[in-house]
Amino acid sequence: MQISTTVNGLSHTNEVEARTLLVHYIRDVLRLTGTNVGCDTSSCGACTVLLNGESVKSCTVLAVQADGQEITTIEGMASESGLHPIQKAFQENHGLQCGYCTPGMVMAAASFLHENPSPTEKEVREALEGNLCRCTGYHNIVKSVLAAAGEMGGAR
Amino acid sequence: MFPASFEYVKANSIRDAISILSDDDDAKVLAGGHSLLPLMKLRLAAPGTLVDIGGIRELSYIEDKGDHIAIGALTRHHDIEHSGLLKESVPFLSYVASLVGDPSVRHRGTIGGSISHGDGASDLPAAVLALDGDLVVEGPSGERIIKASEFFIGFLETALGQGEILKEIRVPKITGGWSYQKFNRRAQDWAIVGVAAVSVGETKVSLVNMGSVPLRAYATEETLKNGGSIEEASEKASEGLQPPSDLNASAEYRKHLAKVLVNRALTETLAQ
Ligand SMILES: Cc1cc2nc3c(=O)[nH]c(=O)nc-3n(C[C@H](O)[C@H](O)[C@H](O)COP(=O)(O)OP(=O)(O)OC[C@H]3O[C@@H](n4cnc5c(N)ncnc54)[C@H](O)[C@@H]3O)c2cc1C
Ligand code: FES
Ligand code: FES
Repeated sequence: MQISTTVNGLSHTNEVEARTLLVHYIRDVLRLTGTNVGCDTSSCGACTVLLNGESVKSCTVLAVQADGQEITTIEGMASESGLHPIQKAFQENHGLQCGYCTPGMVMAAASFLHENPSPTEKEVREALEGNLCRCTGYHNIVKSVLAAAGEMGGAR
Repeated sequence: MFPASFEYVKANSIRDAISILSDDDDAKVLAGGHSLLPLMKLRLAAPGTLVDIGGIRELSYIEDKGDHIAIGALTRHHDIEHSGLLKESVPFLSYVASLVGDPSVRHRGTIGGSISHGDGASDLPAAVLALDGDLVVEGPSGERIIKASEFFIGFLETALGQGEILKEIRVPKITGGWSYQKFNRRAQDWAIVGVAAVSVGETKVSLVNMGSVPLRAYATEETLKNGGSIEEASEKASEGLQPPSDLNASAEYRKHLAKVLVNRALTETLAQ
């Protein structure tokens, strides 16, 4: 089937099998390998991307369901002027160890901060409930998201 | 893991979807895909055709109809969680939706998909049971209304016939108390046992993960109606039920949990 998507601001038209998962379209067809596959069973959030601005687990969405939609991956976060404030906050607050969960964490945080720009710590923890970090650095991940909220103008 | 190959059709309207579904008994509806796609990836389901109704925007709404609230089948958990109208008229439902999975799951999963899937471990089917809601379905021979209490027939089996689509969920506005007790070990998990209680006139109670289908706790309701105490009503919580045993809990433990949670739910509901 032919699908057209806008990924990180660029338009793409590709031929995919109907059963192609969005994460494989992103990684194998578009060659954007920042989005990871962790569990492949919708539990870990490593594959989180934004679909029309909202976080989704791309291992549980078909590429054909994203036809005509806008997708943002971790590669679309930084701009010419540098890292996105969420990325910078992860760097500055030691919000990653091995880094495998980080793209998903950053995308889930981006979706959440858009909806709730000045969250409490509890709200951040709840927002990230679907994203697992096997290095278990949750403390600094939460700290990073709160720091990003402050940087983006939503400090409490 | 890839699903087995299938034919993909995008439906532009309900009629469109119904006509494809009624001609093809190997076709299945795709809504948010958050129950169906995991099953297909595990090859526990392998429909020949997927009819994607996800693009039918007219099926996503939450409307005040005076004595009840009408919710379009494609309304996502996220929208139910955040709806101002529901927070005011049926806060119970917003609260239950906020406990489904995690935010990314709630961005995709729909109330119609959750109810049509009919999983005894799901939160929203139990919520609609406790609300004693009505389900509006449309099929090749027109529209009909099925009471939620008559909808869940067997393991992942509902009263939906071939070619029928769930269109709308109707729930009463809540005037009395309510409670939802979801017991799980980790935030994003399914309920090991869940209990919903809602007072709209009488108090209705439903159970999550206490059998192969979403269940009403009729024995508990009956005891309350006959003037029994909360203690007496909770003792009846698992009467006649055969809950599953799995990694998380044995059937015995679930029966115990159901009593404790019904007690908590009724205490909270009747105090309001
Ligand atoms: C990681 C994860 C965690 C989850 N945690 C929970 C949880 O804690 N609690 C919980 O309750 N649920 C949970 N879920 C399930 C989630 O709520 C699903 O979104 C929901 O059960 C199905 O809705 P859907 O729109 O995704 O349906 P789909 O997966 O698209 O469809 C499900 C079934 O219903 C049929 N169907 C869908 N819509 C209609 C319709 N309008 N008419 C007729 N048939 C239809 C389909 O053919 C299919 O058989 C979880 C899911 C995931 C992936
Ligand atoms: S890989 Fe998608 S949720 Fe784990
Ligand atoms: S940093 Fe290693 S999994 Fe999170």
